[in-house]
Amino acid sequence: MRLTVAGKTKDYEDGITVAKLIELENVETPEYVTVTVNDEFVESGDFGNTVLKDGDTVEFLYFMGGGSIAQHTDRN
Amino acid sequence: MAFTNEQLERYSRHIILKEVGAKGQKKLSQAKVLIIGAGGLGAPAALYLAAAGVGTIGIVDADEVDLSNLQRQVIHATADIGKPKVQSAKETMEAINPDITVNTYHTFVTSENVMDLIKDYDFILDGTDNFPAKFLINDACVMAKKPFSHAGIIRFKGQLMTYVPGQGPCYRCVFKNPPPKDAVPTCRQAGVIGAMGGVIGSLQAMEAVKYIVGAGDLLTGYLLTFDALKMEWHKVKLPPDTSKCAVCGNHPTITELIDYEQIECTEH
Repeated sequence: MRLTVAGKTKDYEDGITVAKLIELENVETPEYVTVTVNDEFVESGDFGNTVLKDGDTVEFLYFMGGGSIAQHTDRN
Repeated sequence: MAFTNEQLERYSRHIILKEVGAKGQKKLSQAKVLIIGAGGLGAPAALYLAAAGVGTIGIVDADEVDLSNLQRQVIHATADIGKPKVQSAKETMEAINPDITVNTYHTFVTSENVMDLIKDYDFILDGTDNFPAKFLINDACVMAKKPFSHAGIIRFKGQLMTYVPGQGPCYRCVFKNPPPKDAVPTCRQAGVIGAMGGVIGSLQAMEAVKYIVGAGDLLTGYLLTFDALKMEWHKVKLPPDTSKCAVCGNHPTITELIDYEQIECTEH
């Protein structure tokens, strides 16, 4: 089946889950990635039971910090 | 308020743009923008907003300029090492453009002060490096109904999105809760290419200027990501349904500001 993942269209094995796709795409920090399928969020608890179908569009959204410190909590 | 001849010349490349014009330039001169973090993102954003003639610019940062900052925080110079970043940033901005007023806040943002900090400003730029601050700024802007630009940078990657009240998802719609400390790589551990702050911080300034003059479409409802190694941009459409969000949804469960216990990317 054909999926569009992070903007790129590629062929994948039929019937894979979001969890399997995360593994195949070597997603960094998979526990903290936000996933959307066809512009809807998939809860992280549902990655293993969300089966993808031909034509689906999947996006991975990652935490990114950066910039400068402007908040102080536990720093000495 | 009429422009002086000197101002007409200074802003001539703006005024000639049909999307800005004298009217837009006047709006810029009357606008108030708050930049939280005078670092990799805030430095270039502050330079461009000062140069653009944004009338009042607030800048928040508790740190002093450190040698390791100078690889990317282009508003500070070697002679500024040891000086509060807000002071160094103010001096550079005023040297670029004496028309503007720069307010400095030499402090960290906390649940105690964030509402006071943002209340007098029209647009907020989040140039912070850590997730507790990012969630705090998001929640405060949602509660105070203030538009803001989120951005993050790491290694050779960057991202940004714009929140405007009532016009699409907030940061928490997408990222729910801060990750545990050290769960995701930070700049200090992972590094960041200096020019990335310039790329993404300049886009934050771009969003602020577009918001103020009312030009074009903002990055509301989208997360724009940039991968410098592949030289690829990707504009991700965010789910438009915000009704279930814990802070901007129909039945918010977060109604008070939270100081999360975590710090990322200490630059000392």
